[in-house]
Amino acid sequence: MEVMTNMDAFQVFAEDNMWRQIWPELSLVLGAVLVLLVDLFGPKQQKKSSLSGSLAVLIQAFLLVYHLLDYLLLNHTFERSSFSGMLCHGFQGDIARTFFLLASLCVSIMGNRYLFLNRSRVGEFHHLTMVATAGLMLLCQSNNFIVLFVALETVALAFYPLVAYNTNSEKSLEAGLKYLIFGALSSALLLLGIVFLYGVGSNPEAWGASATYDNSRDYLSFEYVGDLLFNNPDNLFLRGGVVLILSGLAFKIGAAPFQIWVADVYHGSPTPITAFLAVSSKAAGFFLLLTLVNGPFFGVSDFLLPLIGVVATFTILFGNLAACTQQNIKRMLGLSGVAHAGYLLVAVMASMHFAGDSDRAVWVVYFYLFIYLFASILIFAVMSLAHFENTDEDQQFEHYQGLLKKHPWIALSLLVGIASLAGIPPFGGFIAKLMLFNVAFEAKLHWSMVSMVLGVVISIYYYFGWIREICFQPKPKFDDEEKDQDLWLRLDQIGLIKFTIICFAVVSFVLGIWQGPFGDAF
Amino acid sequence: MSLQQIILLGSIFIPAFSAIVILLFFLNNERRAKEIAYVAFIFPFAAGIILFLNFDPLNDGYSHEILFERMGLHELGITFHLGLNGVSAPLFAMAGVVGMSAGIAAIHSNADRKSLYLALLSFMQSGLMGIFASVDIFFYYLFHEFALIPTFLMIGIWGGRDRRSIALEITIYLTLGALISLGGLVALNVMVDSAKFDFPSLSNAILSDGLGSSTQNKIFGLLLFGFGILVALFPFHTWAARGYECAPTSVSMLHAGVLKKFGLYGLIQIALPLLPEGGQSWGAYILWLALGNVLFVGAVTIAQNNLKSMIGNGSVMHMGYCFLGLGVCSSLGASGAIMLMCAHGLSVSLMFLLSHYIHLRSGSLEMNEMGGLGGQTPILACFFAAATFATIGLPGFGNFWGEFAIFLSLGAQEGHFVFLVLAALGIIISAIFGLRAMARIFYGTKTDEMIAYQKNKKISDLRSKEILPAAVILLPLLLLGLWPKMVSDGIDTNVSSQLSILNEEGVGDYALPPCCPPQVELKKKAPPLMDSIKPENGGND
Repeated sequence: MEVMTNMDAFQVFAEDNMWRQIWPELSLVLGAVLVLLVDLFGPKQQKKSSLSGSLAVLIQAFLLVYHLLDYLLLNHTFERSSFSGMLCHGFQGDIARTFFLLASLCVSIMGNRYLFLNRSRVGEFHHLTMVATAGLMLLCQSNNFIVLFVALETVALAFYPLVAYNTNSEKSLEAGLKYLIFGALSSALLLLGIVFLYGVGSNPEAWGASATYDNSRDYLSFEYVGDLLFNNPDNLFLRGGVVLILSGLAFKIGAAPFQIWVADVYHGSPTPITAFLAVSSKAAGFFLLLTLVNGPFFGVSDFLLPLIGVVATFTILFGNLAACTQQNIKRMLGLSGVAHAGYLLVAVMASMHFAGDSDRAVWVVYFYLFIYLFASILIFAVMSLAHFENTDEDQQFEHYQGLLKKHPWIALSLLVGIASLAGIPPFGGFIAKLMLFNVAFEAKLHWSMVSMVLGVVISIYYYFGWIREICFQPKPKFDDEEKDQDLWLRLDQIGLIKFTIICFAVVSFVLGIWQGPFGDAF
Repeated sequence: MSLQQIILLGSIFIPAFSAIVILLFFLNNERRAKEIAYVAFIFPFAAGIILFLNFDPLNDGYSHEILFERMGLHELGITFHLGLNGVSAPLFAMAGVVGMSAGIAAIHSNADRKSLYLALLSFMQSGLMGIFASVDIFFYYLFHEFALIPTFLMIGIWGGRDRRSIALEITIYLTLGALISLGGLVALNVMVDSAKFDFPSLSNAILSDGLGSSTQNKIFGLLLFGFGILVALFPFHTWAARGYECAPTSVSMLHAGVLKKFGLYGLIQIALPLLPEGGQSWGAYILWLALGNVLFVGAVTIAQNNLKSMIGNGSVMHMGYCFLGLGVCSSLGASGAIMLMCAHGLSVSLMFLLSHYIHLRSGSLEMNEMGGLGGQTPILACFFAAATFATIGLPGFGNFWGEFAIFLSLGAQEGHFVFLVLAALGIIISAIFGLRAMARIFYGTKTDEMIAYQKNKKISDLRSKEILPAAVILLPLLLLGLWPKMVSDGIDTNVSSQLSILNEEGVGDYALPPCCPPQVELKKKAPPLMDSIKPENGGND
């Protein structure tokens, strides 16, 4: 009898799981396994393309389309939790799923060419990418610190081998090691922060014990932590825990002072993975940050605001100034990504300011992230087209000399991407910055605005430096100099990447003049 | 949609569309690209003239308005709203005229990769037409940036010496200016409770519910320095002359002639009418900085030996007059500034065009290497003389009326006598550098360098395809000088109704009574500017 009741409880628990809610993640992981199996047992690698690579692209494209249709047709606007409140699916979850599926689809498309050029193993690459994406999607829907940590570790574990994927390159291995060490450090900080929150929240005897102690609730759920922080905003341990958790996230988004790994890791990792890091990993940090600061950490926002303000200003200035000195495009893009993280932090601050009506600032973050996705993927896709001897290390400014003359269309699309990142109208990046200025002004973040203006002006230097190489005549060459091989010679082979590039260039432009649903929601 | 609205829309989108067609299909077919470029430049020209002639100068609102509600950010009140009023119509026509002249010059130029060059120039033209046709402030800004990007690229690709570093310098400088003014515009957008972010709605919203004076001061400061950098206000002028010297001719013409007027147009249409108290308190500083333009940059201009550099510096110097008209904060001064903007846009682009023709014939732009060109090229000499006289501000050309109105407005304001005297020195400065340039280029004896250059060449006078672009500019300039009422009616009507808030001293309204200006009392009557500078006891008296 007793056993039966226990089984009943399990049944209730199992019904509460609602596996259907996480079908995109599940099917992505199943797809990842399928890709691996096909790679193991399927036909041998073809000369030009491989079955598993194409399969990965197809699965992700299908999922993306299906998810978009599902989202647009059913349009779940309400928040719903599953797995006993471990996960919370809502509007942000759907946005994040679209974002990560789109990003990983593009990474797979770029990856196919990369793997072909480098003659690397195909299956693992796509498998790891897809698993990481599934983890990212879960991460942004987590409603409990345990799920948050587990999802984050899933992502990180998939990323470590991906960064070091090119085992023939010293740089890639070095980047892998650096990413491993810094990733481990950030996980440790995050975990320590969670432990602090747990320690104070679960123990009525703890120093600065909580007034909301309630042993019937889950100590690590966001709601409980939110109540805890709201009632004890001055508790030193809780504050320390919050700061440690945010530090762990700052590693992911590359915010100062935890940006130190960015340049080296971006430089060394395979170009598609650099794009993956730059877009998905950073975006996940921001989705999570938005959830945290407007959810569980809402109670301590008075304490967090000046802290994030200093971090944002420092991040903007550091990223832009450091990027000015770079000659390597990947390092430059990494550091400019740091600067973009700073701009986004300002939007996060704005969302904390509008306590009741934070939708607008949150929308700005979403819009900015999508614009950043389009522009960055566009740029990285062009970069992945070049046929270097060592694709990962040799991405210098000088390799782009006279690209406009050789391949006008690729160069013009690249220009659109750069201009969008730099925030030059009429491209999407400008609208994103305009919206950002607007919410920052409304939230009275005047000093952050000043640093943003300074940052944008500094950023013109390095973005324009690149444009200069692309468009303007190359430096005069001496006659005795050896004629080097045209890096961009084999451009005609890859239709899919070119299609992506043109598509994203058009999207970047169209979003600059017509914002559609984003504009309406804003 | 009426025919005029279609023409207005077409004047913006046909150049852009032509540019896309050239890029898509005729990048390697220069002949076709040229044919398309003719369309891209002649249509805005015709549109400017037609719409200007169809414009009722006594209407103080916008005409030929087009409104697309669906474009833009609704939450910020941004809509795609086009239209012309008395201030923008002449500038719009001027942009069309200069654009056609620059375009034809570019079509006949010997630039390599000409298809790309023409495409970028058409993009720029589309932005220029859009600036003055926009009623919505956001799109006004957007079109400016849209015109600016091709400018950077064209300077970098087809520019002269040091083009790479100069392109970078200009980009950074102008981006800074554009961002600061964007900050001011965002501040306006947030602070003013208006359903739409266009000129008339904003001024209505502000008239009903004014901003506090400290807010006004801050926003005015942002707009002043942001737009000031874009117009080369002293001491932020250093980019201008270097850039114009380096840029290809057509780009210099369009930038110095038209694009630079963006900032002044913004200050007169946004900053002065919407932030009158800010204007009053910044007025004195504007006047001093403008004197810096006139006297300091004027002295620099005299010292120039390179012809294009001289013209570039001279254009910066003449912007000082516009700022003087602005700093007086009266409707007379503002009207004079607008008049001067129209005339100066024409005269400076004519100068740049002619300097290109001179360069083709003398092989150099250094004036000490030239001489005696007048004997070989009398028509060119005539055109250059006319352009020089216009630049100096002699009666008979449009510049005279603009400068005259500005001086009048300075004289009408109590205590502005010092500025009047110092600014009038500028006329002498312009005469010195303008006439000296004429003398050195066209008169005297030929230098050895020029004889060496012309040895194996047949030097001809201006051919008909070269006369056309020059004449297209010179005719309106003369017309403006002989019949200023053509433009001034519209300017008066609009400026006096927009700036009615500033007219308390009884200054302004020199031609026509304002058409039903909204009467508003300023909360605090601002003292005349110079009173605050004078000692309280009136000195020794």
